[in-house]
Amino acid sequence: MTVLALQDVSRRFGPIEVLHHVDLALEPGQVHALIGENGAGKSTIMKILGGFLDPTEGQILLDGQAVRFASGPRAEAQGIVVIHQEFNLAADLSVAANIFLGRETGGWRLDHQAMRRDTAALLDRLHSPISPDTPIRDLSVPNRQMVEIAKALSRKARVLIMDEPSAVLTHREVGTLYEQIDRLRREGVAILYCSHRLDEVAHLADRITVLRDGRVVRQAMRGELTEDGMATAMVGRELQDFYPPKGSHSDRPALQVTGLTVPGKVHDVSFTLHEGEVLGLAGLVGSGRTELAEGLVGLRASTGEIRVNGQPVAIRSLRDAFASGLAYLTEDRKEAGLLLDKGLRENLTLASLSRFGHLRLDTQAEDVALDRATREFDIRAPSRTMIAGKLSGGNQQKLLLAKTMLPDPRIIIIDEPTRGIDVGTKAQIYAFIRDLATQGRSLIVISSEMTEVIGLADRVLVMREGRIAGEVTGNDMTEDRIVRLAMGVRGEAA
Amino acid sequence: MKPDLHTLGPLIALIALVILGALLNPAFLAPANITNVLARSAFIGMIAVGMTFVITAGGLDLSVGSMAAFLAGIAIIAMNAALPGLGENWGTIIIGMGVAILGGIAAGYLNGALITKARIEPFIVTLGTMGIFRSLVTWLADGGTLSLDYGLRTLYRPVYYGGIGWITWPIIVFALTAMAGEWMMRHSRFGRHVEAIGSNDRVARYSAIDVNRARLLTYMLLGLLVGLATVLYVPRLGSASGGTGVLWELEAIAAVIIGGTALKGGRGRVWGTVVGVLILSLIDNILNLADLVSPYLNGAIQGIIIVLAVVLQREKRTADER
Ligand SMILES: Nc1ncnc2c1ncn2[C@@H]1O[C@H](COP(=O)(O)OP(=O)(O)OP(=O)(O)O)[C@@H](O)[C@H]1O
Ligand SMILES: [Mg+2]
Repeated sequence: MTVLALQDVSRRFGPIEVLHHVDLALEPGQVHALIGENGAGKSTIMKILGGFLDPTEGQILLDGQAVRFASGPRAEAQGIVVIHQEFNLAADLSVAANIFLGRETGGWRLDHQAMRRDTAALLDRLHSPISPDTPIRDLSVPNRQMVEIAKALSRKARVLIMDEPSAVLTHREVGTLYEQIDRLRREGVAILYCSHRLDEVAHLADRITVLRDGRVVRQAMRGELTEDGMATAMVGRELQDFYPPKGSHSDRPALQVTGLTVPGKVHDVSFTLHEGEVLGLAGLVGSGRTELAEGLVGLRASTGEIRVNGQPVAIRSLRDAFASGLAYLTEDRKEAGLLLDKGLRENLTLASLSRFGHLRLDTQAEDVALDRATREFDIRAPSRTMIAGKLSGGNQQKLLLAKTMLPDPRIIIIDEPTRGIDVGTKAQIYAFIRDLATQGRSLIVISSEMTEVIGLADRVLVMREGRIAGEVTGNDMTEDRIVRLAMGVRGEAA
Repeated sequence: MKPDLHTLGPLIALIALVILGALLNPAFLAPANITNVLARSAFIGMIAVGMTFVITAGGLDLSVGSMAAFLAGIAIIAMNAALPGLGENWGTIIIGMGVAILGGIAAGYLNGALITKARIEPFIVTLGTMGIFRSLVTWLADGGTLSLDYGLRTLYRPVYYGGIGWITWPIIVFALTAMAGEWMMRHSRFGRHVEAIGSNDRVARYSAIDVNRARLLTYMLLGLLVGLATVLYVPRLGSASGGTGVLWELEAIAAVIIGGTALKGGRGRVWGTVVGVLILSLIDNILNLADLVSPYLNGAIQGIIIVLAVVLQREKRTADER
């Protein structure tokens, strides 16, 4: 008994068709995973199902009846709830106000008490320590995602559509998310789940649909596809060497940090990064990894000594950091990384405009740079004059990476390098990161994906509550060790 | 460069107005009338070009009309004061010009610094300075009028009335300002930074752009252009009072918006602004020449045009979102 289905659906944007005759059916009590490369059309399918886009051809069937949702709210009234790949939260409103946005409780006067209480209960169920009164602006990216999830759970959903909900979460919150998904499945909710983490797809999904270039190329039931099988189906060829072999690095220090403190966030952190090294930075949400990085590159006020190539440097702004050869790729792609309403070219060169002409900007040179970047980072854009906001999520991430690398930095701090990136591209990016290290550049990789840190880094620093809780290298680099350090659990690894 | 709808729309409206004007009254296309329209557009026009940068960077400046009055006032005082020492010559006038221009830059700096350093909303800061400048000029004029010495006025007059053929100096300076502004917005790093900041200032900050400095510069640029407009305006009447430049700020902002610059920032169209200014003064001119509609309804028609322009822009944006 199908709740919601797409029948022979196609969708074009202008002259470009991005979905070709897609069929998809969601059953109650089942988790249906939708996987595919960046730009394959996953988000587009989800938006069509959620009433945010109309199909160009074909039909949406709700309980077997053809429907046309005029808008997202109309679909939501039918019990179809979407967690979008992008955040949809009002930054200045509190968590409670956001969760009840559009369905506020109370009569003439809002019942603040009730909304706060219900929000607290909801967050409690998610084991989240967020306070209902915090404005969204003050929350970290993963915590914002937890609010999105709480918001979706607060709706009475018959169909829950989730577009990469786990991409921005760490270990612990992901566990909570699975718990909730299991509960909803038992309650008979139909779930459509999109993710680039194939292990979680294997773990969660009752049914898998693989999308390639806007076409359904494979449908399978639980257990019929291994992770490798999924990757192969997505990419259309075999993938090898997911993580590049680790190299050896010199012991010349490239970056020495002593006693770095970001008031209230990071306390007295010291470490050394060597030339050609990839240093992983692990930790739970709120452990201060991003704050450490931002303090280091002058985006936050910080104290402490920083030496680059042995020379002490004063970094008071990001410009100072750039001048010292440091670069930082933010985890917050939408709000701090890209100008979503500007073109690809403008975005690519924004941080390095001084290299493109003194008085007059040389747009031709910029175009050449864009061509190179599209090739080098395999940015798949339907058109080169489109605005960045219309790229698929993963391609936005690649554009951001290209932008960060354009000033040719020697020391690169990457916060969540593969957030929302498909397996094939992930492998590309890992190879790329290793390449940079082999060229003698030094990298710090912050990641919430444990396997990524382990697979990529030469050495891992684990942060907890704003301090370095420990360091692991070589054979000690196991998920278990890192999690223990991150959570502050004593005792030896099992 | 592909012309986009936002600049094409106002341009079509402008051409339609010109045709309408010509049909309604043959005198409309007479060189004297054209000179008149363009010269009157020049002051608001120069200010509006500066305003385009401020608005594109996500700011606003309500103080420009009062600022112009204040600058005119201090320029006149300075010239009158220098007269006994320097005599009735260009030296004295250049002092007045310098006072107006440097004063404009300083006033812009004041606005910009309060906005970027003290972190006060642009609306509030410039609402405040709007009152301050207006009250200062009224005070300086003691509630009356500040008049330039008669002899200096005669010497200075050609700056407004003279020019190359029928193209007077204000028109020339306006044209140069517009070209320089367009160039800066499109081709300079500063223009790119301004658009980036207005589009999302966090992204700009994370791209190592000195956001505060660029914002401050937009206000200083605007101040400079207000000063320049004042330099050309003073010889027209040779006086300044509490009533000088009233509502210029709103006309300038209206021109910017009609021209397709987004009020929320991020997208600047200097050519559009020029077209917007011309549309506003053409409406005024046509209503005066033709007795189709009472000139008293000028404000209403301009109001309709402003709202229409914004509605058309919005329509386009939502159309490609859904
Ligand atoms: N509004 C739009 N205008 C033009 N093209 C668009 C628009 N939205 C999406 N596209 C294009 O449609 C294609 C599919 O995008 P979609 O966002 O569905 O990909 P996705 O599978 O979700 O990818 P990702 O894994 O990167 O999130 C991409 O090529 C994208 O650039
Ligand atoms: Mg997507």
